[in-house]
Amino acid sequence: MNNTLSTSLNKSASSQTIRLPDFSGSHLAKRYASERRFRILGIASVGVAGIILLILLSSIVSKGYSAFWLHKVELNITFSAEVLNPDGSTLEEVKLKQANYLALIHNALKEKFPAAVGNRRKIRMLYGMIAPKADLVLRDMVLSNPSLIGTTKKVLLKLSDDWDSLSKGFINRDLPESDRRIKDLEINWHDQLQSEGHIHSVFNADFFTTGDSRNPEEAGIYSSLIGSILTLTVTLLISFPLGVMSAIYLEEFAPNNRFIDFIEININNLAAVPSVVFGVLGLAVFLNFFGLPRSAPLVGGLVLALMTLPTIIIAARSALKAVSPSIREAALSLGASPLQVVTHHVLPMAMPGILSGTIIGMAQALGETAPLLMIGMVAFIVDIPRTFTDPATVMSVQVYIWSDSPERAFVERTSAGIMVLLGFLVLMNAAAILLRKRFEFRW
Amino acid sequence: MVERYKMINIAMQAANNNLALKLSSSKQSAKRFTKIESRDVNVYYGNKHALKHVNLSVYKNEVTALIGPSGCGKSTFLRCLNRMNDVIDICKVTGKITLDDYDIYNSSLDVVQLRARVGMVFQKPNPFPKSIYDNIAYGPRIHGIAYGKAELDEIVQNCLDRAGLWKEVSDRLEQPGTNLSGGQQQRLCIARAIAVNPEVILMDEPCSALDPIATARIEELIEELRENFTIIIVTHSMQQAARVSQRTAFFHLGELLEVGDTKTIFTNPINSCTQGYITGRFG
Repeated sequence: MNNTLSTSLNKSASSQTIRLPDFSGSHLAKRYASERRFRILGIASVGVAGIILLILLSSIVSKGYSAFWLHKVELNITFSAEVLNPDGSTLEEVKLKQANYLALIHNALKEKFPAAVGNRRKIRMLYGMIAPKADLVLRDMVLSNPSLIGTTKKVLLKLSDDWDSLSKGFINRDLPESDRRIKDLEINWHDQLQSEGHIHSVFNADFFTTGDSRNPEEAGIYSSLIGSILTLTVTLLISFPLGVMSAIYLEEFAPNNRFIDFIEININNLAAVPSVVFGVLGLAVFLNFFGLPRSAPLVGGLVLALMTLPTIIIAARSALKAVSPSIREAALSLGASPLQVVTHHVLPMAMPGILSGTIIGMAQALGETAPLLMIGMVAFIVDIPRTFTDPATVMSVQVYIWSDSPERAFVERTSAGIMVLLGFLVLMNAAAILLRKRFEFRW
Repeated sequence: MVERYKMINIAMQAANNNLALKLSSSKQSAKRFTKIESRDVNVYYGNKHALKHVNLSVYKNEVTALIGPSGCGKSTFLRCLNRMNDVIDICKVTGKITLDDYDIYNSSLDVVQLRARVGMVFQKPNPFPKSIYDNIAYGPRIHGIAYGKAELDEIVQNCLDRAGLWKEVSDRLEQPGTNLSGGQQQRLCIARAIAVNPEVILMDEPCSALDPIATARIEELIEELRENFTIIIVTHSMQQAARVSQRTAFFHLGELLEVGDTKTIFTNPINSCTQGYITGRFG
């Protein structure tokens, strides 16, 4: 009896073999290998992304850093009364404004290089050393201090873009003379000036204080920076409240029906619409129908707001969704109204996520070019825009314009413009992170 | 087996209720005052009939324990009492629930006011991610209970004191409530609920996430709170129901099978299903 029972037990044990977890051999090795493989792949992908970013940044910086300074030549300018005041009349401001300051520069150059005098080709070369608007510097000096007239003074004057490139070492001296924008004679003059210590490298402050110009040495990023700030202000003021309000309504209050589903699908689709389409929309609606001014930050901001809205709505909705339902229940059970639940609890807790989404949207808007081309923000803007309806351009479009320009000196300015754009982006992100910190809490 | 129990139970249910009422009324009829009354309450989640024909009276200044196996509708019933089920779109409630003889599903009723009168403590402690002070002060603030900072301070101290938390947190009121231990958090939630001066407090398994010491503390607290509030507590612990409650209701498969004085239910249940559950033979 006992015997049969034990055999039958044995039988059942053998028929349904009880397997213990397989801790040995190939099973374990396979698991370890796959985990190792995953880690290596992960590190590799992060590494590749990092390297690409590094290459991108270093190429931009290496091309653009030289735009942050330029070279000036020190000349002995004689503010001769015969040139500035040929009639010999009393010093009137009106006359001083219109006086021929360029002649002062030309005289100084001729004095410095007397050998060129008499040869028209050489004289033109010599005059080409100085940047086109350098005479305005002299005019401002004289206007602020008329007693300069009749004296001789050392003045630093901007070199023209080609000479500046030569000073920066961007001109290949080994090329045959005919292939160079700078001829041998000019190189000789330059080397002479340099060896005498008359060429100085100074910080290119104008790049940060002026607008665009046809002359690279005069061109600055400032007007487009202001344009970007004005445009993004409009974008933020419109898309943030609209986006957050829509997200709150859709997430917290909207009934569950087909119409709302339809709206949701459309918002998701809008996020994937090519940005140039928004530009066409802006052109048709804001410019042609509403008659808003062309090239204005107001219209640019409106168009970018349309483009940014879906991003903000989607991010805000997922941030709202991520707030624990237990917090809503807690507030509701204390007798908070649905609106109080949202404004007192859900929204503050979702704020970090909403801000993240907003900053992503704003960063997109900052770098957007295509829709702005459609509404005329690709214009050549020299003046600094002051209001939302002044003609303006934005940094990304400015970079686009410069990248299209033929002058050698615009290459470095394009990269420098990108650097300023990236710097602005970093500042914006930093502001967002600070705001996030303020809203964040510990669980 | 269960099916057979059910058949008998349905037949006996009305009699049970009557009996329970008679028993209780014979003992303390002078003291008892009906605070909440539910008549033929049905709850549907979509097609699912979650709560079937529940008739239950809850008496003032008593602790009523709702017991039963998981998914039997205890929490659903509890959430009907402050209309927290409104939040769930597919949930439909029929029947009549009255609070002080006023129908709380009346369309003219302001749910916000109802919830201020019927507070709730949840299974998982859910303090707001704000300071301890703000957690308590939130309810009084939104309902305009306190006039001025001094009064609010007093309310906060009073509520924390009643929840037995004042001594532990009085020196760190500005710290986040979420930094407290689980038991302290749950007492904070109770303090937060009583800060609004509700008449009824609903507790949905308030001790299920707590250790025995924190549980004992909360049970003491419930006993103290009974003097001023009517408490309905859902619990999975028979011992807890026996310790803290005066009346016990046993739910099974969405039905209220038996209700009566806790002593009677635990010593001499009429329904054999109840007996099986409380003695641990099923459920």
